[in-house]
Amino acid sequence: MTSRGSQAEAHGPSHPLLRVENLVVEYASSTQTVRAVSDVSLAIARGETFSLVGESGCGKSTLARAIMQLTKATSGRVLFDSLDLTALNASALRRVRQRLQIIFQDPIASLNPRRRIADIVAEPLLIAGVRDRASRESRTRTLLQAVGLDPNLAASRFPNELSGGQCQRVCIARALVVNPELLVCDEPVSSLDVSIRAQIINLLESMKAAYRLTLLFIAHDLAVVKAVSDRVAVMYLGKLCEVAPTEQLFRSPAHPYTALLLDAIPRPDPDAAVPATIPVGEPPSPIAPPSGCRFRTRCPRAQTLCAAQIPPLREIAPRQFAACHFPLAGTT
Amino acid sequence: MTPQQPHDAASPLLTLEEVSVDLPTSRGNLRAVDRVNLSVAAGRTLGIVGESGSGKTMLSRAIAQLLPRKARLSGHVLFNGQDLTRLSSESLRLLRGRSIAFVFQDPMTSLNPVLTVGMQIAETLQEHLGLEARAAMRRAVELIASVGIPNPEQRCQQYPHQFSGGMRQRAAIAIALSCEPKLLIADEPTTALDVTVQAQILHLLAHEQRQRGMAMILITHDLAVVAGRTNDAAVMYAGRIVERAPTRVLFKHMRMPYTQALIAAIPKLDSPPHTPLLAIPGLPPDPTHPLPGCAFAPRCAYVRDQCRHHTPPLVPADHSHEFACWHPIASHVRATP
Repeated sequence: MTSRGSQAEAHGPSHPLLRVENLVVEYASSTQTVRAVSDVSLAIARGETFSLVGESGCGKSTLARAIMQLTKATSGRVLFDSLDLTALNASALRRVRQRLQIIFQDPIASLNPRRRIADIVAEPLLIAGVRDRASRESRTRTLLQAVGLDPNLAASRFPNELSGGQCQRVCIARALVVNPELLVCDEPVSSLDVSIRAQIINLLESMKAAYRLTLLFIAHDLAVVKAVSDRVAVMYLGKLCEVAPTEQLFRSPAHPYTALLLDAIPRPDPDAAVPATIPVGEPPSPIAPPSGCRFRTRCPRAQTLCAAQIPPLREIAPRQFAACHFPLAGTT
Repeated sequence: MTPQQPHDAASPLLTLEEVSVDLPTSRGNLRAVDRVNLSVAAGRTLGIVGESGSGKTMLSRAIAQLLPRKARLSGHVLFNGQDLTRLSSESLRLLRGRSIAFVFQDPMTSLNPVLTVGMQIAETLQEHLGLEARAAMRRAVELIASVGIPNPEQRCQQYPHQFSGGMRQRAAIAIALSCEPKLLIADEPTTALDVTVQAQILHLLAHEQRQRGMAMILITHDLAVVAGRTNDAAVMYAGRIVERAPTRVLFKHMRMPYTQALIAAIPKLDSPPHTPLLAIPGLPPDPTHPLPGCAFAPRCAYVRDQCRHHTPPLVPADHSHEFACWHPIASHVRATP
């Protein structure tokens, strides 16, 4: 194992369910290469909810897809319960897929509009080789009930007869029907209204407890992330800039980008001060990221060292890791 | 054209009287906006908040008479003393862009992909203000600079696709502001943007609104945006305004249970992780099958029999605060239960 691989162990649990080592994902066109995920390492413990946050284009969804083997990694490894998913052939991968499932942002687009809800939820069981129709049906009913849908009403419906929130419940039922260990949630509530969003977050929390799940949660809404996560990783232009326990990260962010994100969240309180410092600029194009620290072009603390050297992810405080030459924690 | 009514300086810039919008659909008539009364004064920002399908966007379209062709509008929209529902389409065309301007969620809605950004602003200035071409282009560069776009001269010669999402929204704002409108209607202006860019755009809109003494209507699904950026706020549910108050009063002393439930459902940054959220049960009602009584009754924690049979009118709590509820929350109760 490389020395950078051992760094991945350092900021995660010692016996993780999922370990990502030096993962790189590149998208190539005829003229240029975009490095969407650039040398990311992380580890998620069994039973943990680990969140990835960042702005659009930071690579968080690509990272999730590469973990699920829906996008091929350019290099690096994805170890699921010590099994290297990047090295598996198609049939071995299909067998292990039951153990890791994913739900997406747009629940309506995630469901085949021409199939009935019961068939949609039962399909992973068919793929998993459950031949007996009666046991598929009873398992499907159990799951529909568990996600708060009445099986008698929902089973024979089509997706267009359900609301967005109800479709997300169907997606959750379909993901959990094969009893997975890891559930990847890619912006699961971003397209839902406030009143429905809270229902789905509560449902994910109770499903996590009932099915003893490990969650990888991807979102851009920091308030949602705060509500569900045990640990949070902040991504910027394909790299992790900070990884820390949730309370620690929100209380005293070490990376200036984390601080900027936290500052920018509008507060649902008319007495909360509107942020005095307005973040400058927008994330640069991932086609030509800045040299050294990728955040330096927008960073109020940037110095010449930041352009010259890529800051490694290092421990700033116990269990809090930041990739910054001049981190905030400890200086305030 | 109808004769202009004399404009009283003390009266609000915009007043809606009993405005309703009906849309024929395959499943029957859909009442998208139901008897809305509202007013906005110059120099004030009104937030209109509601979930999808609550009618907030249809209401904003009704103000500028930009409804879908099949929609039926009733009621009156008084702008600067003129009833816009009675204006000819030519008079409306002159008014829109000049006196009433829009910023939409997707800036590409208002940007022409085959014209340079500078040309688009210059075109607006030539059309509405009668500027000659060179002066219009000079003004376009100034406007692009004033909305915080770096290298304005070079940027004016570029096309919208060469701009990032945030820069496009800035350009759309520059076009909206180009003719010094009296009223700016911003419909979910930051919903498609990242949080750091959202902060920039909200700051820009607030700055321009103050500088110009414009009236602004900020339409959003995000209560947090309303909290920090508006003077007054109206909450819509199933096509109706169910509560309206100065923003601070709405957040601290709301009377309508839906307002309370909506604020309570937002995840709070100061709660520890894994705190269960106070979700609102059920779903919004089907607008093609309106229920008798209060539309929120099936989801309301305080529902009583009366609520299911009789629609509560929007009544004033005091001169600046009104709500539609038979059994309102006691006025001393705080925001978060």
